Amino acid sequence: MSRVFVAGLGAVSPAGWNVAALREALNKGEPLPVQPLERPGGDKSLRARLVPAPATRPGFLAHPRLRRTSPITHYAAAAALDAVAGLRALRVEKIRLGLVVCQQAGCVNYSCRFFDEVLKDPATASPLLFPETVYAAPASHVAALLENVTLADTLVGDPASFLQGAALGIRWLEEKTVDACLVIGVEETNWILADALRHLDRTAVIAGGAGAICLSLDPALSIGVALETITDAHSYRASINRTQAARAMRRQLPASSTVELLCDGLGDSPRTDTAERAAWRDWTGRRLSPKRVLGEGLMAAAAWQCVAACDLISAGRFPAANISLVGSNQQAMGARFKQDRQGI
Amino acid sequence: MLFPFQPTSAAPPRVVITGAGIVTALGLGWKPNAEGFRAGRPAFRPVSLFDVSRQRVKTAAEVDLPDALPPTGLSRRQMGRLDRAGKMLLLAANEAWQQAGWKPAQAPAVGSSAFTRPEPPEGGTPNSSPNKDADDIPLVLGTTAGGMSLGEDYFRQAVQSPTRHRRQPTRAIHYQPQVQARMVLDALGFGGPITIISNACASGSNAIGQAWNLIRCGQAECALAGGYDALSLLVFAGFDALQALSPTVCRPFDARRDGLALGEGAALVALETLEHAQRRNAPILGELIGYGTTIDQHHLTQPQPEGNAALAAMNLACDAARLGPKDVDYINAHGTGTVLNDSAEALAISRWAGPRAATLPVSSTKASIGHLLGAAGAVEAVICLMALREQWLPAQAAFETPDPACNFLIVRQPRDAQVNVALSNSFGFGGVNATLILRRWA
Repeated sequence: MSRVFVAGLGAVSPAGWNVAALREALNKGEPLPVQPLERPGGDKSLRARLVPAPATRPGFLAHPRLRRTSPITHYAAAAALDAVAGLRALRVEKIRLGLVVCQQAGCVNYSCRFFDEVLKDPATASPLLFPETVYAAPASHVAALLENVTLADTLVGDPASFLQGAALGIRWLEEKTVDACLVIGVEETNWILADALRHLDRTAVIAGGAGAICLSLDPALSIGVALETITDAHSYRASINRTQAARAMRRQLPASSTVELLCDGLGDSPRTDTAERAAWRDWTGRRLSPKRVLGEGLMAAAAWQCVAACDLISAGRFPAANISLVGSNQQAMGARFKQDRQGI
Repeated sequence: MLFPFQPTSAAPPRVVITGAGIVTALGLGWKPNAEGFRAGRPAFRPVSLFDVSRQRVKTAAEVDLPDALPPTGLSRRQMGRLDRAGKMLLLAANEAWQQAGWKPAQAPAVGSSAFTRPEPPEGGTPNSSPNKDADDIPLVLGTTAGGMSLGEDYFRQAVQSPTRHRRQPTRAIHYQPQVQARMVLDALGFGGPITIISNACASGSNAIGQAWNLIRCGQAECALAGGYDALSLLVFAGFDALQALSPTVCRPFDARRDGLALGEGAALVALETLEHAQRRNAPILGELIGYGTTIDQHHLTQPQPEGNAALAAMNLACDAARLGPKDVDYINAHGTGTVLNDSAEALAISRWAGPRAATLPVSSTKASIGHLLGAAGAVEAVICLMALREQWLPAQAAFETPDPACNFLIVRQPRDAQVNVALSNSFGFGGVNATLILRRWA
C-alpha cells in the first residue's frame, strides 16, 4: 500500500490570496469583517465575507484562457498555482498532473448574469457568458493554465465531497495514471447565494475562495505531511440522519489525543452544528474551526480546513490532525493527516 | 475506508451490467427506446416547457413524463419536491434497479411491495435474488444542470418578488444534484456513497467509468451509475446564444450540418462483478470492458481540431479492454452535429480505426433524441447495450451528404447485425473526453 504525501498547499480566502494570509487570520482567531451585498430589488442588503481584491493583478490573468473568466476560476487558479509551486521549484513541472475540482454552488456569478439576460430577452443574451456557467469551466481553465494536467474531473456535492475528490486523486496516483494530483475546493459568492443561505441558516455568512492540496506518492515532494486516512462517505438518507452519519465518521477516526488537532467545520449556527458537535463531544485536544473566522465557504471551506491543518502540521505545530466534514445535505466524511518527515 | 484502500492482489474483476433504465423523448424504458433507436426515429417537436418565441431555434426532444411516478420509498411530499430532472432520474434508476433484481437494504418507508417491475428486455427474466449488501452500493451520477429548473424558479422569484419567500428554501435545497441523488437512495431503499460528476457532456460516461473503476479496484461489488439532465431555459438559451443549435435538422457528420439539437433524459446502469452476478443467478445484459478519459486543453468549447484528446480516450479505453479497432463492431459517436465537434471526432475515429474505418458502422443517436448533455453518455451506453443484446445497429435519423472527413460507414437504415463489441464516445465542454466499451453477453 502506497503512502500519500502532501506536496503543496494553496488558498484564497476572505483573508487574502495565499496560505500565509489564511494562516494569519486563523492564528488571530477573530472573525473577519463582513461586507454588505446588494440584493437586486431587495430592501435589505445581504452579508458576505468577500475575497479582497489582490494587491497586484495576478499574472495568470494574462493567460488567454482566463481573460473573461469569473472569480471562481481566478480563485481556483491562484490556489492551484500556490499548491504546485513546490513541484515547479523542483523542476518537475512536466510530471503528469491530475486535477479534481470540487464545488457545491459552482459558477453562480455568470449563471445569474446570463439568466438575467435571458429573462430580459434571450435573443440578446451574451454567448460569452454561457460557457462560464458550466461547473466544468474552472477545471478546464486551470488545466489550460497548468498545461501538464492529463486527467481532470469536476465533482459537485456538499462540502464533504472534497475528501471524495482527494480519494479519487489518490486512486489515480495508485493506478499510476498521474504522478501528482491537485484537489481543489472552490466557490465564488454573490447575492443569490447569500440569499439562499439566509433561507437555510440565518446566522451563517457566505464566503468565497478556494483551497488546494497537491498529493503525491513521492516522499521527495512532501512538505512533511502525509495523508493517513479518509473515512467512508457516510451518506444521509431516510434511515441515517446527519447525527448518525457524523458519529459513524467519527468512529472511523482515531480516539482523542491531547496533542493532536481537530480541524472541524463548525460555524456559528447552533442548529447546523448540532450533528458535528455531538460526534466530537469526547474530543479533548485542540480544535480549529476555520469557518468561524472565514465564513461559510461551502466547498472552499472544506478545502480550507484541510489546508490549514496540513499547514500547521508542516510547521511542526501538531503531529497530526483530524478533519471533520459533516456536509450540509449529502454525507459526513473525515480524514487524518500526520507529520511525515521522510522526504524532508 | 476510502483510504487506505483494501489491498487486493487479484486481477481486477470483470464488470457486468445486470440492469438498465432509460428515459428519452422516444419513451420511458427499454422497449420503446429500443424500438425507436432501432428504427432511427426522430423525437423532436416544438418546445412546450418554456417560452422560445425569442430564440432562433424552437424545437427540442422533450420527454413525456407519466402522470404518476411508480410507487417507491418516497413519500408523497418527497415526490412533490422532485423537479423534471429528478423525476427522470428516478424513473431510470427504478428501472435499472428492478431489472437488476436488487433488493433494498431495508424496507422503504412507503410502498415497497408495490414497486412496479418493468418489462425485462428480450431474453431477460425477472430476478428477485437478494443483493448482498444494499447498504453499500455507490451511486455515481453525471449531470450538468441537476435541478436547474428549481434554480431558475428561485432566481425569478428572488428578483421579481424579493419579499416573497414561499418555497424558496425547498428550491435552494432541491436544485442541488446530491439532494436529487439522495432521493434515489430513499426511493429504492439502499445506501452508499454518492458521487456527482459534472464534466459537462461527458458526465454520464465518466460516471459509468468511475463506477467501473470503483468495482475493479475492489471498493465496491455493485454500483448504480448513469446520468440525467432535463431541458431548461438557461441551458437552451445558452446553446442558442452560442448559435450551436441547428435551425434546420440535427445531422451529425453530414457535410451540411449546422448544429446540435437539445434533448433531455436519463439513463442508469446496474453494474456488478461477474462473480456477484453469477452468485445470485442474475441475467446479464452485457459487460463493460473498457473506459478511457482524457482532457483536451485546446479551448473551453471547441475540441482540438485533429481530435487528439478524443483519440487518446479511445486508445485508453481500448487498452483497458485489451482490444483494437478490428474488434469493434459499432461506434455510437458523440456526433453532436456541430461543425467543429464532428470534424474533430471524424478525424479521431479515422485515425483510431485506420484501415478498419472503411467498414466500421458509426451513428449518432443524437439525431433522434438530441444532445442530452450530462445524460448523453449514459443514454448512449444503454443504446449500445440494446444493440449488443438485440443484435441491430442504431440507425441515424438524419444523414444525407457525407462529410468528406468521414471515411467510416454511417448507419443510415435500420438493420440487423452481429454486434459483439460497441464503443461509445462522449466529449464535453471544458475538454473532458470519455470513451466506454461494452461487450455482448452471450
